[in-house]
Amino acid sequence: MTNKVNKQVLSLLVDNHSGVLARVASLFCQRGFNIDSLTVSNTDNPEISRITIVTEGDKQVLEQIIKQTGKLEETRAVVHLKNDESLFRELLLIKVAADQRTRREICGICEIYRAKIVDLTVTSLIVELTGNPSKIDGFLEMMKEYQILEMCRTGVTALARGDISHGIK
Amino acid sequence: MILNGSQILAEVLVEQGVDTLFGYPGGAILNICDALYDYRDEIKQYITAHEQGASHAADGYARATGKTGVVLATSGPGATNLVTGIATAYMDSVPMVAITGNVGTSLIGRDSFQEVYIAGITMPITKHNFVVRRVEDLADTLRTAFRIANTGRKGPVLVDIPKDVTGAKCEFIPGKKQENTYVTHISDEDVEKVAEVINEAKRPFLYYGGGVGAAKACQDLRELMNKAEIPGAHTLMAAGIVGCDEPLNLGLMGMHGRLSANLAADKADVLIAVGTRFSDRVALNTEKFARDAKIVQIDIDPSEVNKNVTVDYSLVGDVKDILARLLPHIKEAKHTEWIEQINQWRGADKKPIDDPSVLKPHQIMAEISRQAGENAIYVTDVGQHQMWAAQYCRHLHSRSFITSGGLGTMGFGYGAAIGAKIAFPNRPVIHITGDGSFHMNMNECCTAVSYKVPVVTVIMNNSVLGMVRQWQTVFYNRRYSGSEPERVTDYAKVAEGFGAKGFKCVNLEQFQKALELALKEDGPVWIECVIDREEKVLPMIPAGGTVDDAMEE
Repeated sequence: MTNKVNKQVLSLLVDNHSGVLARVASLFCQRGFNIDSLTVSNTDNPEISRITIVTEGDKQVLEQIIKQTGKLEETRAVVHLKNDESLFRELLLIKVAADQRTRREICGICEIYRAKIVDLTVTSLIVELTGNPSKIDGFLEMMKEYQILEMCRTGVTALARGDISHGIK
Repeated sequence: MILNGSQILAEVLVEQGVDTLFGYPGGAILNICDALYDYRDEIKQYITAHEQGASHAADGYARATGKTGVVLATSGPGATNLVTGIATAYMDSVPMVAITGNVGTSLIGRDSFQEVYIAGITMPITKHNFVVRRVEDLADTLRTAFRIANTGRKGPVLVDIPKDVTGAKCEFIPGKKQENTYVTHISDEDVEKVAEVINEAKRPFLYYGGGVGAAKACQDLRELMNKAEIPGAHTLMAAGIVGCDEPLNLGLMGMHGRLSANLAADKADVLIAVGTRFSDRVALNTEKFARDAKIVQIDIDPSEVNKNVTVDYSLVGDVKDILARLLPHIKEAKHTEWIEQINQWRGADKKPIDDPSVLKPHQIMAEISRQAGENAIYVTDVGQHQMWAAQYCRHLHSRSFITSGGLGTMGFGYGAAIGAKIAFPNRPVIHITGDGSFHMNMNECCTAVSYKVPVVTVIMNNSVLGMVRQWQTVFYNRRYSGSEPERVTDYAKVAEGFGAKGFKCVNLEQFQKALELALKEDGPVWIECVIDREEKVLPMIPAGGTVDDAMEE
């Protein structure tokens, strides 16, 4: 998914209750599991939410994360989304300082990455980019040449490719 | 029928088979207290000195009976005082339902008087918890709480009920007692594979823990032990699961376990871990624990597999179900050479030396076991006395040794002993404690006096915080920082002040007489036993060590 080999993506289907996110986050914190990014959203079933977590760890740590999150009463399913069987997407908004000279260069880079310029002022612009997290990393690398004023990434959202769908306990 | 939330709570408690409740009243649960007044014939309420005592009492009651313990406390400080008790139950997988009141829903989130977010506080120390915001949800939430507490790996569940919900009314539909809904899913191939590994073992060894008792699988474990002649040793949580006199039971293992038991685990070629979790008090060095063995783990909690120690084979499910499936595939066997080797080690175990002119810890334990008899329930606090009780009391039955193993809660014992005695009024209940632990919650004496609960408390008084001091002796060059508080408490006088009886003993004969008298009393008794502060718990394997590092003196 990204350049780092230990990055793993877990997709959790959980009861759509208040407090579920706190339980998951508390568990990660208590057991010393790392959270790289976390997104929560509704699903087609109003009773179920999906939490997508990007975490780091070797095989043994990942096994523990899956089992421990699976033990929570409100967890319906935990799926490890593997790189080659899944689709990962992330959205980036980045505000970059741009004067007359740099604006043209930045536009050129955006064109290559198929990023959109969604806001423009005399001194800055905001770029929107959607894609695989490694594509976003690459784009950000390019933007480091300029003065980044603010940025925000949504964190990874993901689904298994093809006909695979999560079993719900 | 239309009932208010408090009446619904009482109805559900009765429906779930609860006849004993430990707790303490307060503003946010006034409606509940009022409703319980009408149910006083069905549910006997025990009001403790402190909510912590109530939580330990519910825990002790649950450990002694196997039923779910129930504790009730008010909002704010009432709820936070339960925290240590809930965490204690969580670490030792004890089924408990904790009910807390909270401020009314309109006051929640406003830092109201006695408001605390107890659901947030207890999130990491409960199996699950609930805040009930609508009276219509109350009955089913409580039923779910009882189901969760007692299903799968057992543990505490907290239900927080705002005051207005306890007063609001709705239709109540009676329900059924929640049954354990857990189902074991394992394949025949996996069972056969594990049986094959056990059948091929030359030096098999059983390492069993509290999960065997929780699954009521003691008999099945003994069958496995005897059928294939597999020696075994128990964790702190499993004292009494196999009787201490049974020839294949090597006794306690781990940090303060017998050298022979730890040697057997170290030299085994197949180690079968049943209902246990390779804690750092047993698998002190996770890399080297059972280093020559293929490890088989049988446990109900999948997250315990490969958590602390990587295992070769695992069967996840109810221990009783699994052993029942496994046993027919286990061949009768003899391991004569292995048993001979183990018996040699057992012969070499250092025995403590008797001295009746003073009070030696092992002699106190032996005397307690002799006088209290086969039916006794031993309840301990935490520290040196706890280890001596684990090493030297005669453990004969499951659920007869009640101790805070996982959390190591000093101050656990008195409340837990009161809970156990209330559950079994006709069995002798001996609370074995130290002067450090006892000072934490000795106030529960008033509870034992009020309700005439004749718990016998044996205080091993060495005037220091013995276990801390022992570590300082061994690892900190005898720098006794903080471990010698030099208290001058007159226990007999304090006991008397509470309305209990107290004795002080300095030699074995005095202790024998005091215990004889104490066991005949119909109220609580304290027996102070003065012991030497240099007494150590031995053998000892330092944290992170192996049996090679064991100290015997």
